[in-house]
Amino acid sequence: MTASPAPRDQGRRGRTLPGFGLSMGITITYLTLVILIPLATLLLKTATLTWAQFLDTITAPRTLAAYRLSFGAALVAALVNAIFGLLVAWVLERYRFPGRRLIDGLVDLPFALPTAVAGIVLTTFYAGNGWIGRFLEPRGIKVDYTPLGVVVALTFVGLPFVVRTVQPVLRGLDPQIEGAAASLGAGRLETLRRVVLPELMPATLTGLTLAFARGLGEYGSVIFIAGNMPMRSEITPLLIMIKLEQYDYAGATAIALVFLVASFALLLCINLLALRRVK
Amino acid sequence: MTPGTGDGPGLPGEPRLVRWFLIAIALAFLVLFLLAPLAVVFSEALRKGLDAYRAAVTDPIALSAVRLTLLTSAIVVPINVVFGVAAAWLIARFEFRGRGLLMTLIDLPFSVSPVIAGMIFVLLFGAHGLLGPWLVRHGVRVIFALPGIVLATLFVTSPLVARELIPLLQAQGSDEEEAALTLGASGWQTFLRVSLPKMRWGLLYGVVLCNARAMGEFGAVSVVSGHVRGVTNTIPLHVEILYNEYQFSAAFGVASLLTLVAVATLVVRSLVEWKSGRRLA
Repeated sequence: MTASPAPRDQGRRGRTLPGFGLSMGITITYLTLVILIPLATLLLKTATLTWAQFLDTITAPRTLAAYRLSFGAALVAALVNAIFGLLVAWVLERYRFPGRRLIDGLVDLPFALPTAVAGIVLTTFYAGNGWIGRFLEPRGIKVDYTPLGVVVALTFVGLPFVVRTVQPVLRGLDPQIEGAAASLGAGRLETLRRVVLPELMPATLTGLTLAFARGLGEYGSVIFIAGNMPMRSEITPLLIMIKLEQYDYAGATAIALVFLVASFALLLCINLLALRRVK
Repeated sequence: MTPGTGDGPGLPGEPRLVRWFLIAIALAFLVLFLLAPLAVVFSEALRKGLDAYRAAVTDPIALSAVRLTLLTSAIVVPINVVFGVAAAWLIARFEFRGRGLLMTLIDLPFSVSPVIAGMIFVLLFGAHGLLGPWLVRHGVRVIFALPGIVLATLFVTSPLVARELIPLLQAQGSDEEEAALTLGASGWQTFLRVSLPKMRWGLLYGVVLCNARAMGEFGAVSVVSGHVRGVTNTIPLHVEILYNEYQFSAAFGVASLLTLVAVATLVVRSLVEWKSGRRLA
């Protein structure tokens, strides 16, 4: 294969770099074969359902409970991560303390650690007889086999997102501006609220959206700790899995399609809101 | 300001107590959610001693899971590297109509649940799927076999390399490439001798991260694998089975292998940031 500069190459600012045709070819072919055609079968399969079947499946109480838990827990976990992510990013960027670099490197652990491993670890840690569960449970806080367990798992999985989106913004923020605000008479809280936080808001929202999206679809880290009781701690991906194991492909497809469309719509809304705030 | 412990450009006039308080809360959160879980893996894995650990890891069924996982990753990672480099080159180096849409499509798998990612391949290639009957007639097995596991893993890990490279290429610009081309280098020469060395650190982390995720993929693979012990079980699926059979030490023993891969990935990340003098996204 030789890659001569592609004929229709529209290089940036009119300059020409090679490889437009080749990279476009590879990208489109791959996306079509691995992503788009498989996703399209979801629509095709749904089209074989009757309306009555479709509506019955997606409005069944068990399905609605799973939707509620998935969206609710993902949102709560994303909010927890937004608050603690801001704090962690601030502490890592602005303060010096022993072990800072180690901690900074470790923030990405949930990215690299397989979700099934995260699942059994969190369960062992938070279960009633677990490392920390044994202190929580006598105080009336039960984590495993409850919706709280789902939130804990999703908080773990979404932890890196806000930290990693906020850190570069904080690094680019000139501390002298805060000094200026202070010398103009602003208190520390006022400086934080009127000068620092507004700068960090767009990045925080981006991180929150990413964490939320990741949490919605998460499966491996949740199923061990959640106990998977229908109507109570059963997330949507698990319900889809159960339908598949019962060879109820039509039901699984209907639940998955509505879940996907709702997730995309919600993510789009958050992105638009974030854009408007920035403007 | 002296660069001692606790000193950095915090807010002006900030008392030390506030700093220490904030550091303490942040550390407590991270210990609770990051360090402690990491400690759990190894302490549970070694709970019954080193011999039990060795037995769990060298069990024939565990070894066959390790082989399958390594094979899957050996197929998936190179394909996704080619795709990732091509996609990043396209997005970061050219302006064209539909570029934004293409970026959305590249990121799409991130917002699809792994279970749904596995399911779409069952709908396509399963016995009752669109192509199922045709595949059965020709004796090709995709679902509940290696091809299905590879496809599901490809889908889930496809954005990783591209996502690492796009910001890197955009930050680097293309002045060196243009100089090489002006001096008479061919397109491939320019790519291999100029572009590839320029992106090598970002690419290295992309490869390592893609590998860790490919080895650890659970939800998507769980749908397409069929869970045949010693045949179509990858390491994470083997961990699940051991755990559900209450063989906790063995489950954590096998899980510790994947945890080591994850920790190695983080070490590479730190090395890459240090070597390239650039913070990764």
